[in-house]
This record gives sequence, structure tokens and C-alpha cells, in this order.
Amino acid sequence: MDPAKYLRRPENHVVIYRSRITALRLLKICFAALALSLAGCVTQQANVADSSPVAGLMKGDASRGRDVIMGRDGNCLLCHAVPETGARFMGNLGPPLSGIGARLDSAQLKLRIVDPLLFNPDSIMPAYGRTEGLTHVGKVYRDKPILTGQQIDDIVAYLAALR
Amino acid sequence: MSVHVLAVFVICLSLSFKASSEQPQTVAPKSGTAYASAEIRALQADDTANPGMLWVANGEMLWNEAAGSQAKSCAQCHSPSSSGITAATTMKGVATRYPQLDAATKSILNLEGRINQCRAKHQGAAPLAYESAALLGLTAYVAFQSRGLPRQISINEANRATFEQGAALYKQRMGQMNLACVHCHVQNAGKTLLAEKISEGHSNGYPIYRLEWQGLGSLHRRLRSCQLGVRAEPFVPGSGQYLALELYLAWRAGALPIETPAVRR
Repeated sequence: MDPAKYLRRPENHVVIYRSRITALRLLKICFAALALSLAGCVTQQANVADSSPVAGLMKGDASRGRDVIMGRDGNCLLCHAVPETGARFMGNLGPPLSGIGARLDSAQLKLRIVDPLLFNPDSIMPAYGRTEGLTHVGKVYRDKPILTGQQIDDIVAYLAALR
Repeated sequence: MSVHVLAVFVICLSLSFKASSEQPQTVAPKSGTAYASAEIRALQADDTANPGMLWVANGEMLWNEAAGSQAKSCAQCHSPSSSGITAATTMKGVATRYPQLDAATKSILNLEGRINQCRAKHQGAAPLAYESAALLGLTAYVAFQSRGLPRQISINEANRATFEQGAALYKQRMGQMNLACVHCHVQNAGKTLLAEKISEGHSNGYPIYRLEWQGLGSLHRRLRSCQLGVRAEPFVPGSGQYLALELYLAWRAGALPIETPAVRR
């Protein structure tokens, strides 16, 4: 992902201004984006499945992604409506994700799942791939991300195809 | 020029977003009952159907039972049969003033804590375990005598530090899910979490009967469930953190009448 191209998008300006972004945070986003693309190259070259959530995009499996979204691991439907899943019950705390693949590309989707607070520090969405900066985490969950890198990439593959 | 226009537009947008997200902040607090299904509301409203009344009945039995080395019952002091006055009169309104600062120990006591203090001081009895059927029953019985009455909680110099601790905990992000109470129960009350309406999280119906528990439970048990839900390390029932939150919640519920025993899903 090209960070400059990413920041040129007007909808991203809205998000970034709204979150009262500081230069440091902007730098963090750029760095994270860079890390994503770099790590992507590395894992592709090495052809090893890296389970770290912040690694670059790996080959996600959309049908597995649907399972994670609907299952207890991701629990995405607690807050988001994804009518394409065909689920009976869906929450509305977060925005509906119908057609999200037409609005965000895979790298943008991944960054938002890994750490939504990078875009909006007031977001209530958990960071699915971050373990630092958390308070009072339950013993069994300490130092573990909510989802593995592979699970996140599977979700990304599913969401990217929603157009 | 166009950058400035965009900036102003964005600032306006962010302000309107901010305002709308803070507005539901308990203008007129609504009890959790208002967010419950019609079936649950019907179950709560009928004393012969409300399962929580079984605990109230158990509490009434314990109220009249002699306990401890002094072989005294609660009723002997609070509602002696010779006086002809029942707990419905003598204990009316008591629960509206809890949690409160105990003058002797300078610590915050909730109803459960006061009952155990009374047992030690006047009955010579061992404290009842938090969440035990006996303590829940006695607590429910005492709170039931204040049903329909609004809370009388004032924040003063004596309890302010505890209140501030509770208010801070209410806004503290925690757990792997990194969520604070305020995120769901203030900013998103009324919205749907999968299939459930999120309530404002008021504490005016405790101890409550939850279908999920198939039993009566304390406010601290409910707070613990919430903490487990956000994958935080839960506090200990009866601990200072939960008591501080209980004080903050009692204040936050404003004039909402006590509904003990409330019924929830």
C-alpha cells in the first residue's frame, strides 16, 4: 500500500481530522502502512506463513474469513451488519459492512482490523492484532492478539470481495 | 483556500458527531426494564411470577431467624413482633441510601456489607459469603422494602474520593477488547448488540434475577460478567473497585425508583 495514495483519499481525511490526529500518529500510520507492505514482500519471498497479525497481507481464504466473522473468534456480527453472510442476528454499534470492498482496499481493511484506534482514538472497535497499550487484560488473554494474522487476512479476503 | 473550506467542514462534521455521541448521557435516565422485552417486563411486574420473589421470601425467613452467638434475629432489633411494626415500615427507604460511608470504619458499605457488619456486631455471627443464597436473600429482602422509591445519594467531602474512583473506573478502557462501561452504556445505549438492546446500565433493580443465571445475582456479579465479556481480569466481588463503581452507579441512576428484584435476560 502506498501511504501517500492512501492519504489523498478524501474519506480518509475526514477520519484523520476527526480523530484530531497528531504528527506522531500520522507518522505511526505511515510506518504501519510501510511495515505492512515491507512485511508483505518479505513473507511472499520467504513463502512462510507468518502468524503475526501485523505482518503483510497473506493469501486470505474468503470462506474461512466468513467463518471467523460469524464465529466466536471474530464475533464481528455483534456490532456490524454483514447481510451477505446471511446471518439472522446482526448488531448496529459499528457501520454496516455491506459492499465494503468497493470502499476500502485490502491494505486499508487490514489496518482497520489490526488497530482501528490508529484512525480514531475514540473508536470502540477492539484492535484485533494489537497487544500493547491495553489495561487490565484477563490472564488467559495477556500478550495475545484477539485474532491471528491468518484469521485477519481471511477476513480481509472475505470483506474485499463484498462489492 | 479550498483546504481551509475543507478543514472548516471537517471540524463542523466532527463537532456534530461528537455532540450526537454524548447526547444520550442520561438526560432522563431510563431503567433497564425499559430496554427489556415485553415478556421479561411482564415477568418482573407480577410478584407471583417474578422468580426473584423466591429469594425475597427466603430473605424474610432469614430476617426472622435467630443467628450467631447472641442468638438474635434481624427482626428482634429492626421489627420486633411485639411492636406490631413490620420491616415494610422500619426498613422502608433504607436501601435508597446505599452504598454509604460507614462513620465508624470510614469505609464505603453497600447493603451486603452493612448486613455482614450487623451480623458481626449485634448477632455474633460469621459474615455471609458474597453471592451466597443467604446474603442475596437478605439483601433482596431489605432492598425490596424500598421498591418504588428513588435513591437518595449525595456526593460530599466524605465519599468524594470513592465516587471519583468509581467515575474513573467507569471510563477506564480495559481488557483485550479495550472497552469502558461508558462506550456501551452511555455512547451506544439503545443500539443492538447482535440481538440484544444495550441498556443504560442502571443499578436500580439489584439484586436481579437473570434468566442467563437461572438465579438471583448481585450488582458485583453483573459487573464481573461485563468485565469477563471484554476479556478483562475481573475485580473481586465486595472489593473496593466494585464498591466505588456501585457508588458511582447509584448516583448516576438519579431519581430512578428501586425495582428489586428486577428481572433481566
